[in-house]
Amino acid sequence: MARSLALAAVALLGLTAFAVSAADAPVEIHIKSQAFAPAEIAVPADVKVELHVINDDDLPAEFESYDLSREIVVPAHGQVKVFIGPLKAGRYRFFNDFHQESEGYVVAGDAKK
Amino acid sequence: MLATAIIVFREVIEAALIVAIVLGASRGIPRRGRWVSGGIALGVVGASVVAMFADVINGSFAGNGQELLNAGILLAAVCMLAWHNIWMSSHGKELADNVKQVGAAVKSGNRPLTALLVITFVAVMREGSEVVLFLWALAANGTGHLSMVIGGIIGLIAGALVGVVLYRGLLKIPLKYFFNVTGWLVLLIAAGLAAQAASLLNQAGLLPALGTDLWDSSGILNQGSLTGQMLHVLVGYTARPSGIQLLFYAVTLVVILTLMHWVGKRHREAAAARAA
Repeated sequence: MARSLALAAVALLGLTAFAVSAADAPVEIHIKSQAFAPAEIAVPADVKVELHVINDDDLPAEFESYDLSREIVVPAHGQVKVFIGPLKAGRYRFFNDFHQESEGYVVAGDAKK
Repeated sequence: MLATAIIVFREVIEAALIVAIVLGASRGIPRRGRWVSGGIALGVVGASVVAMFADVINGSFAGNGQELLNAGILLAAVCMLAWHNIWMSSHGKELADNVKQVGAAVKSGNRPLTALLVITFVAVMREGSEVVLFLWALAANGTGHLSMVIGGIIGLIAGALVGVVLYRGLLKIPLKYFFNVTGWLVLLIAAGLAAQAASLLNQAGLLPALGTDLWDSSGILNQGSLTGQMLHVLVGYTARPSGIQLLFYAVTLVVILTLMHWVGKRHREAAAARAA
């Protein structure tokens, strides 16, 4: 009994650690030749996620999203970090405010809308 | 050229709307024009400085420099807008009389002129720095120099025109209601800016979201549309708000309204005591 409890506790701890580390690992998005790469990033739902937006271009960009209420200038060859969420499962559009044709989506959970 | 014009227009319009309302709300305050112009001029200088040091700002405060700077100046603007409205709650009538030319020069020594300066400074610097950064980069890359300049100028003029139209529209409001209307506009702008600051601090990981997507009205009014963007500036419209944005919005409204009520009441009591 005590042993199975201990096992369950260890399993639970392991799970928690996994959930936290999933949210802890920053997700990278590059801006390359005025486009987001990848253009779609999958993140877990219901946890806070750290995004790193890395600008490989000679032009500054502005990472912006109405869906996420985020906006931040990404200097040329610069990098910014942006926290998002905890998000409900779904698709959230973001774009480059300085080059509005460049867009991408954050896909939280297994949303297939 | 058109792309440049549109980007510049969208940035300029945000500052122009705020400046127009501040000009309306401060109608009748002597020498307000000078202070507002001063704010615009300082804002342009500030915008260039911020753009010049974008890299440095971005790297400071453990990568939270942009958010802290922007949230800081937004909250400063919120305080100044609050100060203006609270001051108006005891001097609005005098000002209205002043506009009507029935004498009553505004006597109080503590006119919120600094507030006008700071608000316009913040509005112009915030949006302006993005314009400068964007244009500068285009120039550095030698992308169609002349067409870019023309596009930028068209965008600037068009954005400023929207501000002029709004200001002219405001002046058509009968004086009896005028400061009531501008007071509410200032109040809603302040609440909206506070919500923006909250969103920035949440983006930096410094404040919790307290729930995201509390509702989604993007189907009814897309925040990216021109109307959506203008309402975002004027009343803080957000299509998919988070809890922290809503909380900052509500607290700002309540605090400013309470202070306005309290100061206005004290002013009336003092006036009544003098009359007695």
